[in-house]
Amino acid sequence: MRDDWREGGFGLYVHWPFCQAKCPYCDFNSHVVSAVDQGRWADAFEAEIARYGAETGRRVLSSIFFGGGTPSLMQPEVVSRVIEAARGQWDFANDIEVTLEANPTSAEAGRFEGYREAGVNRLSMGVQALNDPDLRALGRLHSAGEAMEAFAMARELFGRVSFDLIYARQGQSVEAWAAELERALGLAVDHLSLYQLTIEDGTAFGARHRAGKLAGLPGEDAADDMWDVTQALTVAAGMPAYEVSNHAAKGAESRHNLVYWRSGDWVGVGPGAHGRLTLDGQRWATETPLQPGAWLAAAEAGRGENGREALGQPERLEELLLMGLRLEDGVDRARAEALGISEFSRNVSALTDIGMLESTGPRLRATEAGRPVLNAVLRRLLD
Amino acid sequence: MTELSRIRNFSIVAHIDHGKSTLADRLIQLTGTVAERDMKAQMLDAMDIERERGITIKANSVRIEYPAQDGHTYILNLIDTPGHVDFAYEVSRSMQAVEGSLLVVDATQGVEAQTLANVYQAIDADHEIVPVLNKIDLPAAEPERVKEQIEDVIGIEAHNAVLISAKTGLGIPDVLEAIVQRLPAPKGERDAPLKAMLVDSWYDSYLGVVVLIRVMDGVIRKGDTIRMMKTAATYKLDTLAVLKPQMVQIDALGPGEIGVFTASIKQVRDTRVGDTITHEKKQTPKALPGFKPSVPVVFCGLFPVDANDFDDLRDAMEKLALNDASFSFEMETSAALGFGFRCGFLGLLHLEVIRDRLEREYDLDLITTAPSVVYDVHMKSGEVEQLHNPADMPDLTLVDHIEEPRIKATILVPDEYLGDVLKLCQERRGIQLDLTYAGPRAMVVYDLPLNEVVFDFYDRLKSVTKGYASFDYQIIGYREDNLVKMSVLVNDEPVDALSMMVHRDRAELRGRAMVEKLKELIPRHMFKIPIQAAIGGKVIARETLSALRKDVTAKCYGGDASRKRKLLDKQKAGKKKMRQFGKVEIPQEAFISALKMDS
Repeated sequence: MRDDWREGGFGLYVHWPFCQAKCPYCDFNSHVVSAVDQGRWADAFEAEIARYGAETGRRVLSSIFFGGGTPSLMQPEVVSRVIEAARGQWDFANDIEVTLEANPTSAEAGRFEGYREAGVNRLSMGVQALNDPDLRALGRLHSAGEAMEAFAMARELFGRVSFDLIYARQGQSVEAWAAELERALGLAVDHLSLYQLTIEDGTAFGARHRAGKLAGLPGEDAADDMWDVTQALTVAAGMPAYEVSNHAAKGAESRHNLVYWRSGDWVGVGPGAHGRLTLDGQRWATETPLQPGAWLAAAEAGRGENGREALGQPERLEELLLMGLRLEDGVDRARAEALGISEFSRNVSALTDIGMLESTGPRLRATEAGRPVLNAVLRRLLD
Repeated sequence: MTELSRIRNFSIVAHIDHGKSTLADRLIQLTGTVAERDMKAQMLDAMDIERERGITIKANSVRIEYPAQDGHTYILNLIDTPGHVDFAYEVSRSMQAVEGSLLVVDATQGVEAQTLANVYQAIDADHEIVPVLNKIDLPAAEPERVKEQIEDVIGIEAHNAVLISAKTGLGIPDVLEAIVQRLPAPKGERDAPLKAMLVDSWYDSYLGVVVLIRVMDGVIRKGDTIRMMKTAATYKLDTLAVLKPQMVQIDALGPGEIGVFTASIKQVRDTRVGDTITHEKKQTPKALPGFKPSVPVVFCGLFPVDANDFDDLRDAMEKLALNDASFSFEMETSAALGFGFRCGFLGLLHLEVIRDRLEREYDLDLITTAPSVVYDVHMKSGEVEQLHNPADMPDLTLVDHIEEPRIKATILVPDEYLGDVLKLCQERRGIQLDLTYAGPRAMVVYDLPLNEVVFDFYDRLKSVTKGYASFDYQIIGYREDNLVKMSVLVNDEPVDALSMMVHRDRAELRGRAMVEKLKELIPRHMFKIPIQAAIGGKVIARETLSALRKDVTAKCYGGDASRKRKLLDKQKAGKKKMRQFGKVEIPQEAFISALKMDS
């Protein structure tokens, strides 16, 4: 029998934890330091990739993703060494996708060419907003003009370019968001990640929000309307949502993120990176030390990883559903059945009756009504 | 038997937390009634619910032997009484069984509502009242101010109040002396035919029913054959005892004495609080006045959340009913809730106490439906149907008219809150019968429909008067009014468990309050839910419960899978007990909470 992970593919995630400044809404594992010994980090990434390669054997690698932090602060040389290290362990798919997350500042745009030469073929840009006051409010270091210049350069250098926008920002009206999104769709972008601003604990916004000092956040109804207008405008522009927050022209979906959402296997290296590996039929969740210094020391000592969690059938089913139902085309029913979803068939029927789930051919999908409240759907589904 | 002059019978009147139980414990302790090693806190509150809620549901009694400073040993009988309007009749019987009361007031808090309600019962029973100020060891104690307040608000002498700290034991000997010196001895004729009052009774799994009595005249002895005058039943006494507070057998009880007997009585419902007990052979010519049979006035459905618990629920109810004559039940089926029971209670507190005991002592999860009173439905055929459950409302085309129970409510309230009380009574379709003043307090008497009172009237009254009102009521009969059945529809489906009878003029108000409350009580679902109140086919109030907020708009990539999975597991574990109605899940507490309205 074919290993289940092959249905989702195999990817490599590389975490670069450093930023020039910490954004006030960000709850990712990112750190601001004055100087980084990039050569040492490249050595550590190479060592870890080799360690994982020895475990998995030669597989076909469908994607590499440099995330952060701010990976566009990496020297192209480091990016190149990581890509070559991966090539040493795995067979690259013909259409391998190599994405790097970049901030759209002019300083970083200067490195774009180097990234392309290293093998990066897709850039994911943290544009976030298309006007300066809002960028400042979000704590971003770039201006809208700079972002447009960086985007134009990326468009010339890379076959595929995506950018992120954050909406439901302070003081933003539904109309203002619609106009901003229209502008974004008018650019020659093939992939957009559109996130509603969420206030997370442990961030500067979280603290300000608790203190009642984050004024002008759109109310629930306005945020709902923004969601609706987002769906309508992206569909009209030929870039419908293929996942809750991700929109793409046909064929331009993020192959790397699809590995996560389709419960494939992926190796995660770098501080705080998670991975999923199926070895001899057992699926493992891997985790690495969160602090950059701790990870680097562990990697240099031969194992940049914390303990692994063995995932049983119930956990695998939960992950298959909670990741896969985010996708427009849902999950493969045969995979879900192999992981025991029939135990919950009454819940599936009940959720189908109330219009939250639907079965179309071999797929089990969350409906348009069900996808935005997926957490509630999952609670009911796995009850 | 004890000489009348050496007996003192008393009760303790106090607000919750003012120290009634602790004082009782100290009196028991200081007189050596209970060996030190057998003492536990709140000796007299037997049930967990009593201890927790600070209320007494069953009357209880303790006999204390006290060698007084005058060189004589006195028998002091303390009767601990229920303290809630639901049990007003039981309280009045307990009060009739003693001659005096200790009025315990927290010297840091002053007089409060429950103090008033109960002290008036003591005054009504012609008690001599000894004020006792507790917690005087605390820095916040203001004994002089509280004495003044007692004199002003209650209208009794308080300058010679006994100052104590039940916690430290300070002043307890003074309390004992005050009981002996200031409370009157009971009166009674030893040679007259036996006349004793049935104060309360309870079920003991070893002894059967235990009956608490106060002897008025004559002497009762072990082995006597007695007659209960109202039920006309006769029994031969197996045991006669006094409570210390455990049972200690005794040969005879004379006038003024308080004790218990057992007589192979199977159920508590075979005994009636307030009944007169006499000898089968030599009967007293005249029963004690004021006997009232206990009639359930509030009904509701109790259903198991899990249908498999039905038999367990029936067993548990049968056991509780053994000890509670005023609790009645019969089987009921509901389209929404399946099999359960229609239950009758003395009032809403009684309902809550029974439900709590079923849930706690018998580990059952229950759904409680809307409380209702009993309506007389006069059919066009001339027949009269008793309607205990709005869901059973007959076809309106067959109904001539409907009558509802009315009560005469007596409310004592300080003048400053009178306006609010009158407004509340008017809102509840009350008709004012009388308004007089007793000192600084007004006494208002209203004719009110019972159904406007059963849910939350007492709570509302307490809230608008900041606790300074006392309230008592009696049922005065049935009267016709424009009554309709209001249905509640959740997601367009009627929930029979929430339907209720309302006055037509109040229907919109009640309907609106109901749908607003349900909107708060029902958690958001994955879809919008209309909540409506309707009379027949006509919707009179409507709210829409929004769908859940979008919950997935944050990023979710490879690093989020574990965290999301763990969060999901946690949320599943913390899920509340819900009942499925069509597509909607309603939490069980919604059924009773929906009826406790703020207006």
